[in-house]
Amino acid sequence: MSDIAVPVAPRDAALRRRRRRLVRAGLLAACLTYLALLLVAPLIGVAWTALEPGWGVVRGTFSHPDVLHAFYLTAIITAITVVVTGFFGVVVAWVLVRQRFLGRGLLNALVDTPFALSPVTVGLACVLLFGRGGWFHEFFAARGIQIVFALPSMVLVTIFIAIPFVIREVQPVLEEIGTEEEDASRTLGASVTQTFFRVTLPNIRWGLLYGVALSTARSMGEIGAVFIVSGLIMGRTETAPLYIWRALEERQTASAYVVALTLAAVSIVILAAIEWFKHKRIREDEA
Amino acid sequence: MSEPIRVEDLTKRFGDFEAVRDVTFTAEAGSITGLLGPSGSGKSTVLRMIAGLETPTAGRIWMGEEEHTHKSVQERRVGFVFQHYALFRHMTVEQNVAFGLVVRKMPKPEQLGRVDELLELVQLGPFRDRYPDQLSGGQRQRVALARALAPRPGVLLLDEPFGALDARVRQELRRWLDELHREIGVTSLLVTHDQDEVLELANKVVVMHEGRVEQVGTPNEIYNEPATAFVAGFVGSANILHGHMVGGHVQFGEHRVAVSDRLEEGTAARAYVRPHDVLVLANGREGGIAEATVERITMLGWLSRVTLQLDGGEVLTAEVPNDELEGVNLGSRVRVEMRRARAFRASDAAAPAEGMGQERAAGDLPAVTE
Amino acid sequence: MASAAETVERRRGISYRTIARLRHGSLRGIAILYLALMIALPIAALIDKGFERGLTSLREAFAYPGGKEAIILTLQMSALAATVNALFGTMLAYALVRYRFRGRQLLSAIVDLPLAIPTLVTGVMLGVLYGPNTVLGKALASAGIKVVFAKLGILVALCVVTLPFVVRAVQPVLLELDPAEEEAAQTLGASGWTTFRKIVLPAIRPAIAAGALLVFARSLGEFGSVVLVSGNMPFKTLTAPVLITQLASQFKPDQAAAVAAVLFGISFMVVLVTTRLVRTQKGRES
Repeated sequence: MSDIAVPVAPRDAALRRRRRRLVRAGLLAACLTYLALLLVAPLIGVAWTALEPGWGVVRGTFSHPDVLHAFYLTAIITAITVVVTGFFGVVVAWVLVRQRFLGRGLLNALVDTPFALSPVTVGLACVLLFGRGGWFHEFFAARGIQIVFALPSMVLVTIFIAIPFVIREVQPVLEEIGTEEEDASRTLGASVTQTFFRVTLPNIRWGLLYGVALSTARSMGEIGAVFIVSGLIMGRTETAPLYIWRALEERQTASAYVVALTLAAVSIVILAAIEWFKHKRIREDEA
Repeated sequence: MSEPIRVEDLTKRFGDFEAVRDVTFTAEAGSITGLLGPSGSGKSTVLRMIAGLETPTAGRIWMGEEEHTHKSVQERRVGFVFQHYALFRHMTVEQNVAFGLVVRKMPKPEQLGRVDELLELVQLGPFRDRYPDQLSGGQRQRVALARALAPRPGVLLLDEPFGALDARVRQELRRWLDELHREIGVTSLLVTHDQDEVLELANKVVVMHEGRVEQVGTPNEIYNEPATAFVAGFVGSANILHGHMVGGHVQFGEHRVAVSDRLEEGTAARAYVRPHDVLVLANGREGGIAEATVERITMLGWLSRVTLQLDGGEVLTAEVPNDELEGVNLGSRVRVEMRRARAFRASDAAAPAEGMGQERAAGDLPAVTE
Repeated sequence: MASAAETVERRRGISYRTIARLRHGSLRGIAILYLALMIALPIAALIDKGFERGLTSLREAFAYPGGKEAIILTLQMSALAATVNALFGTMLAYALVRYRFRGRQLLSAIVDLPLAIPTLVTGVMLGVLYGPNTVLGKALASAGIKVVFAKLGILVALCVVTLPFVVRAVQPVLLELDPAEEEAAQTLGASGWTTFRKIVLPAIRPAIAAGALLVFARSLGEFGSVVLVSGNMPFKTLTAPVLITQLASQFKPDQAAAVAAVLFGISFMVVLVTTRLVRTQKGRES
């Protein structure tokens, strides 16, 4: 038995370790700086600028009818969009994964289209379809229904833009879980609807919620398309982002910042939900 | 070119957990040394420390005359073969094998020559342009060997190289490695939990258990002259009888068996008897140390495995040539003799208990417990 | 089929199988209708309006002050954003996967922030921090760097909005890498950097490319953040999406549609290439 104690690491091993630590520190520093400059500092900046003039401005902003209506409109549009894209999203994901038919590839490609389109383009297309001279204008005008420059078009474009989120999150989950459980359920006598609600839905729930959270954030923040179709009629077709836009144009910067901060705060809450659902989805993956 | 490996008091701690403790052994130049032990025994950790993939908490490592304890992985020039091959999936077989040469900036024509040489050695010449995912498990491992050997390492380290392969391929590759080693003669260290592998391939075996070395010896020594209870129970199979020392025997229940180890009188002890050292005396033959009833007979080719229940309740397994079992059936009463037995203190570092963790190739005999 | 079902079948006059087929078909029908209506139709309308007079509308749009420059600028800035985020995105993904440090979860969440924040609010945030009337803005201006109302501002805005794309594309690939491959490279003599270059990089390259292309496609159409930060000056900081809104609000929908169609064509091509790239990479892996 030799009596050698813990050896002193000679120079080159220590040097190697030092170099590795430097590289790591450097990489982390670069990443943190990038994020700080692009996200963290601007966020703090908005919070500071909005709250610096004092609580009075905040209260004033929130008592303004235009502001309240803007929030209300954003909320309505987001709610409708989320429900519609949630429902149809699951249906489409189901059809794309579980069924084989001619044109499935094309349909699948179609789902990604909203990612390839500028929201501005979407708004423009909507105006072209439903505005004066558009293919559908007659149909709705004759019935006295206003689409463009009114709520319906704003909802439509937001739905368009939010389409891919739920589908793209539910699809892979459906593929992963396979049909075994659903088959078993049917052999035990459950109807298709029962199978869906009792077996399929619980299995896809985290993927679905994740997609819904993403869809919510996207709908709430939509501006490009809504900008074009809304006609910017204040008090009637102005969503929260549009209000910020107008307020900045009219130099009512204080209330603009307050509204911006509010939206930022809400989106951080949604972000927390996004991270939570993503975490749950990954957990389920590993199980 | 091939160097001896010496390891002294090697210790590795992960936080509070001691994975390896005071491991010391030497692997002679040109030999194959096996590191044998169950999972969790620390053998892979020892190998990785020798390779430089882990740093020891204490202890020293030599290869040849040079101390390697604190050298970087790259400087050590070891060939390492991983259990799951670790082939570079984005490179062809040829590029994989050439990698060590490219890194050392060997001139291109020399590279090609060396790669050719190795591909021929492992008999994979026609596969040089294939990608790893186009090869079978056995082929992948051969590429991994060629890759490790290409830069002419002084030492070859193999971490359960055949663990991921199915039984038949494992046997083939084992034989093939044996021939390869005869041809190349590089010092090799082979980590495995499969004792057949070491018994067949190794010149020397280091048996490890819970981070410590249990015994270092030739395959014959660890099989026939186990130094500890663990080795006796882990290598080969053994019947274990609990009792205490009386004279030169272990007394269990009403019977006693002669043992070759001398322990202090009265010490609680265990007797280890190999199944083929349990003799069945049938048809009224006299002798033996106890009476037993035959519980089960399983024919295994030219011998049979017989499960015997002694009157005191102990269960033994015997391996008996078929011709000695004339007239013996289920329920027969026979006498039992034990030709050879070892004794170890009952308090000795735990022998593996029931159904030992070792895996055995098909057709081998399982370890037996009391 | 069990005889019980057959009895039911006979009673109803329609076979059980037909009902199942109808249900399947109707589901498919709904899906197709949903997608066709919501997606195919608008694109059709766009192309129809934009090119109803052939290429005249497009030519007129280019004649608009700063029109042609807007498209070129948009392409340039999008390509730059793709490059910058390819670099930083990869670094972030590597740090998040390979390093353990306090606040790693928080960092991961911050990376996802642009997915949740409205793009207009991003524009406000950047304006508040780097605007010409702010402390930081003035300090940078004295060093000759103008962020807001300049091209740099556009780049920064695009980088913020598209930050998560490359990170999220590269992360899963990095997670799946076999550490034994890198250890093998080390035993064969490769240094840390060589190992990264020859083993890790080839594996993540397709993911980086896919992420970068996504950044490009998204940046082409970005409106909310750019419109606030750039100043929208023709020939200088006017981008294509802002141009489209200007044309539309000036009652030149045909010109707007032409530009929009061209922009769509480019990004559609890009997305197509991306999905094909991702698919071939997955194919090679399996």
